[in-house]
Amino acid sequence: MDTALLKTPLNEEIKNLGAKMVSYAGYEMPVRFGSIKEEHNAVRNAAGIFDVSHMTEFWLEGENALAAANYLVTNDLTAVSDGQMQYSLMCTEHGTVVDDLMVYRFSPTKILLVMNAACKAQDLAHIQANLNVEVTFTDRSLDTAQVALQGPRAVQIMNDVTAAFSSLASMHFTEGTIAGHACLVSRSGYTGEDGYEIYCANDSAVSVFSAIVEAGKPHGLQPVGLGARDTLRLEAKMPLYGNELSLSRTPLEARLKWAVALDKTDFLGKSALVAQQREGIGVKLVGFEMTEKAIPRHGYPVVGLAGEQVVVGEVTSGCPSPTLGTNIGLAYVPTSGFKVGTEIGIEIRGNIKRAKIVKTPFYKRSRS
Amino acid sequence: MNLPEKLKYTKSHEWVLIEGETATMGITEFAVEQLGDVTLVECPQAGDKVVAGDSMGTIESVKAVSDLYCPISGEIADANAALEDEPEKVNDDCYGDGWIVKITLGDDASEEDLMDATAYEEYLDSLD
Repeated sequence: MDTALLKTPLNEEIKNLGAKMVSYAGYEMPVRFGSIKEEHNAVRNAAGIFDVSHMTEFWLEGENALAAANYLVTNDLTAVSDGQMQYSLMCTEHGTVVDDLMVYRFSPTKILLVMNAACKAQDLAHIQANLNVEVTFTDRSLDTAQVALQGPRAVQIMNDVTAAFSSLASMHFTEGTIAGHACLVSRSGYTGEDGYEIYCANDSAVSVFSAIVEAGKPHGLQPVGLGARDTLRLEAKMPLYGNELSLSRTPLEARLKWAVALDKTDFLGKSALVAQQREGIGVKLVGFEMTEKAIPRHGYPVVGLAGEQVVVGEVTSGCPSPTLGTNIGLAYVPTSGFKVGTEIGIEIRGNIKRAKIVKTPFYKRSRS
Repeated sequence: MNLPEKLKYTKSHEWVLIEGETATMGITEFAVEQLGDVTLVECPQAGDKVVAGDSMGTIESVKAVSDLYCPISGEIADANAALEDEPEKVNDDCYGDGWIVKITLGDDASEEDLMDATAYEEYLDSLD
């Protein structure tokens, strides 16, 4: 393993649990502990714990923090209250995506942006170039650990650790302690399941992680790597930067209009997005399921099957779906002529394999 | 690591069992560990000619696509049809039920580039 790679504060813990490590976004990260399918199923049926300390934490503080953040992101931060978080995107002036993120609104003077580690250099440059008001900007990524606890048993496990977060509602966050260590805890995640994302200082990470692992044992909690994180988010149709999102795609094409407040006074990319909305969105992100035995992957061409077989789009993500037992994927296709039920071809190593467009998300948890 | 003595091995982590004119092949435990859950095996079918060292198919796991290399030249005699519905057999029993194809050895079949278990183990050690 490349010694120049960054290590999270949980690196040793994770390795002791038998992780197969890979290089990801400049970090040495666990891709899986045993079987990706088993880890995936543990999160769907019981619970899983993830070390996601590689994620970026940027803070905006000061009188103008809310205004600065609201100019940088597409969603409207004034539409949520203090203590709530909001999914958003950060766009160029052309409306294309620099990164997607979670914005934590502590108060109008204190905002946390949680972003993708793989985009960090791009994010930093973009933010620093586009802070249009006086604000204190701090990168605390290297001092902050993040652990995600996900799955239908996550709430029970957390309540066994501490009652501090028992009344936390979905997409809300609060501060409290786990195993005596100060933590920021949100009811959120990237798996399609109920659960928490927990932030703490680096030197608290092992204690916090261990307390959850211990409490999770009787509930079937398993450590989960980035491999299953990807299959879980894909089943839930949560976009991944570099796959569904990029500097050549807009949030409208990715069908994330719900996270774009086109009526907001101003934000970076607004005029381009308003224009695209008015003039028409040529391509759209759809989900599909293979009807022939084959696994779609990022970058495979999509071929139209009506009339002449020409390349009409590209697969952004694909995998065997452990929950559905079928092979699924997401792809950009032309907006017109492609709808749920439309048959498409996926070009795999020179062969066209049949698939059909299906409703997404592929998986939606039942809410009791 | 389980490396049966009766098998021969390739640097691309296939194993071969040569019995008379027929070679049965599959992928090694090392390859299986690297791949994780095998979800799809695409291999040549009976009658196809295959050449040692060439890619003759693919093995896909949840996260990866890998080439399946031909360990010894000849003609495919049989492909393991059970893998179509149960590719996980490769994970569960890579040297047994998880075999991939049987090859009728061609006139140009050579064992020269194949390693015995000891040599393969040394090769694996050299990879770390």
